[in-house]
Amino acid sequence: MALIERREGGAAAIDDRFERVEDEVALPASGGVIVSLARFEAEREALLAREGDVGVWLASNEPPKALADVLDRLAVVACDFPAFSDGRAFSYARLLRERYDYKGEIRAIGDVLLEQIPFMVRSGFNTFEIDDPTALDEFRAVCDEVRVVYQPTGDGQTTALQRRLGQHRAP
Amino acid sequence: MYRYDEHDHALVQDRVAQFRRQVERRMAGEITEEQFRPLRLMNGLYLQLHAYMLRVAIPYGTLDSRQMRKLAYIGRRYDKGYGHFTTRQNLQYNWPKLEETPDILAELAEVEMHAIQTSGNCIRNVTSDQYAGAAKGEIEDPRIWCEIARQWSTLHPEFSFLPRKFKIAITGCEKDRAAVKVHDIGMIMKRDEAGEVGFEVIVGGGLGRTPFIGKTIREFLPKEHFLSYLEAILRVYNQLGRRDNKYKARIKVTLHETGVEEFTRLVEEEWAEIKDSTLKLPKEEVDRIAAHFSSPPFRVLGEEARVAEARCAEDAGFAAWRRHNIAEHKASGYGIANISLKPVGEPPGDATSDQMDLMADLADEFSFGELRVTHTQNIVLPHVELDRLPELYDKLAEAGLASPNIGLLSDIICCPGLDYCALANARSIPIATQLAERYTQERQEEVGELQIKISGCINACGHHHVGHIGILGVDRRGEEHYQIQIGGSASEDAALGKILGRGFSADQVVDVVDKIIDTYLELREDGEEFIDTFRRLGNDPFKERVYGTD
Amino acid sequence: MAQIVIASRLGDGRVVFLAKGSTAGEVVWAALIADSAVAADDAAAGELLSIGEVDANARHLIVDPYLIDVEGDGETLRPTKYREVIRCLGPTIRLDLGKQAEGAEA
Repeated sequence: MALIERREGGAAAIDDRFERVEDEVALPASGGVIVSLARFEAEREALLAREGDVGVWLASNEPPKALADVLDRLAVVACDFPAFSDGRAFSYARLLRERYDYKGEIRAIGDVLLEQIPFMVRSGFNTFEIDDPTALDEFRAVCDEVRVVYQPTGDGQTTALQRRLGQHRAP
Repeated sequence: MYRYDEHDHALVQDRVAQFRRQVERRMAGEITEEQFRPLRLMNGLYLQLHAYMLRVAIPYGTLDSRQMRKLAYIGRRYDKGYGHFTTRQNLQYNWPKLEETPDILAELAEVEMHAIQTSGNCIRNVTSDQYAGAAKGEIEDPRIWCEIARQWSTLHPEFSFLPRKFKIAITGCEKDRAAVKVHDIGMIMKRDEAGEVGFEVIVGGGLGRTPFIGKTIREFLPKEHFLSYLEAILRVYNQLGRRDNKYKARIKVTLHETGVEEFTRLVEEEWAEIKDSTLKLPKEEVDRIAAHFSSPPFRVLGEEARVAEARCAEDAGFAAWRRHNIAEHKASGYGIANISLKPVGEPPGDATSDQMDLMADLADEFSFGELRVTHTQNIVLPHVELDRLPELYDKLAEAGLASPNIGLLSDIICCPGLDYCALANARSIPIATQLAERYTQERQEEVGELQIKISGCINACGHHHVGHIGILGVDRRGEEHYQIQIGGSASEDAALGKILGRGFSADQVVDVVDKIIDTYLELREDGEEFIDTFRRLGNDPFKERVYGTD
Repeated sequence: MAQIVIASRLGDGRVVFLAKGSTAGEVVWAALIADSAVAADDAAAGELLSIGEVDANARHLIVDPYLIDVEGDGETLRPTKYREVIRCLGPTIRLDLGKQAEGAEA
């Protein structure tokens, strides 16, 4: 499993500084961890107090509203795609970025279809767990395939409308 | 009509290149069928019984002669010389090759066309009134808003993996020719008390396994909030729509299960957050798009059309065509001309490449180069001088395109059915041709307006739920079998038909329809059309006649 | 019930049949049903399907192979389900199109 980070003008494979810990498993003494929403809600104080960053992963039927009041203390929110056809997390990511103003890492996990990456990026995801580590080249290519976007999202990409009106994203 | 600017062109061209790459990878075995299928569906390419099927988008059913000629050319060069116009105003080719589809898409891109999002769980072609911009009594041309919705919905990053497909229709007239009440979102343009133009927003209409008439969730939406409101509805649906059961995944079920009030509350709550955001279109952009839909330079003509009238007096065939196929136009001395793609004995909605070329030429000659596709699978020349109708008629007649049957019983809506479609349970086209062959023009005129709609399976692409007479093909122990329902309507008085009783074999269907028609003719009162008599009397007299009293 | 394997060609979507004589080592797809490999029982049918499915992934020439019931043999071989008969011949309302126009009979 490779973790790919989308960056300005490209992408890179990065090391994962978080460990995804199952619900019944003890947390490591230190270091970053990602836990389920249920566990976070049950052990919130302990998780926030321990040494190391904490992140939460949301199942596809868990909207981010549940985390709205604590987002500034979460280093990462991971949204699961149980099947690539389950597109609820696109809305969750947009809500995280645009409604709740979340500044941390939004990670796509689960059945991530390469061709969905541009949509994920535009929705606010910036890291992606992908099965095939050699997918990095494909990843980069896929991101640049369609140059024009119609819809404004939180990614700030200049839309066709903005170009028509002579407006461009501030550098 | 809308003309692409450099940005629209760039998107479509990039899309073609992207798909070409995806096809190459598939042909080389670098991606599996499972990985490729969603990609091919996002470009409207299905695998059917005999071959692939490509569904080309015709945005809100509007195209110009150049585009029609390209469709003719593609049919000739890459297919078998014909195409099928659909109930969503699109065109289907039945025999394209996967390996040639990128070339077909490149050809389409040359004339500002594509097959983007004509399949898949995304927002599909936004459809409209085929008389938009020509009809009398139109509040405003709805196609302006269809185009705005088209751009907003194209490759929308958040809404490309919805629970299920999503269909939007917009009309600018009270008389609904776009079946807005049986769409996921239907919008009717109207004026508020202050005279401002806006939209009534209707959600949750749909046919298929669980048909519903849509519910109004907002009586009046000001224009400036058009996109933000759509986005709010889609965002609620994307999160709430069922993902566990394909047959309960449409928004009509979400609305039904959540309840109209709660659903509306959720939409309004989301909308409140985004209504003043970047989705508000500046007037400049609305005006830019609206300018593409301004009226062509109509000549100043009187109401009288003496040439056409004289021809009516001496030619019964022309008179019938004039009577049934020509609708009233907003400009004096003009008419809206319907070209019937329902000649007796032929598959409804099909046109050969030669016929497409001819219709393109006729559009140039008679209608400012513009054509429309109707959801009833016919073609329209929207702006024809009434006194030139005889000329037009003669040219259409030569090509077998002058059937005077718009709105009559042989103007049947019919899906491709088991002759083509991998989803079908029974054939639909032979039922349509048998019905059309049974009735003379004279008999059809005696019957008057009668909308027969035929689907080859429960997916209801033939809109059988909203036919005055609806016919559904099913598989009954390995045999083709047909259920009949009556009393449906797709218009502003939308209603779902009532099943008559047990079904029939293929060779019984025409006799059953005959009995239904006989019953109507015997029982109708002054000036009642079929649907009026049904509404007055209900199912019973028809059931009795068809099944006998038990 | 006798069975055969039917599939679609990847490149052009046309109907093909796993051909008589196909083995795991040498898979052939035929255009006409008369040339199909016929399995007399479920075990044999399972093997044929397996050959088809492996080949779909190995050579990426066909997609969507599945088993259908047939009756008759040789030139009279035909599917028992009407839907599959239509797949073998072409649209019933356009006898000038599809395999029926290329000489197929069922």
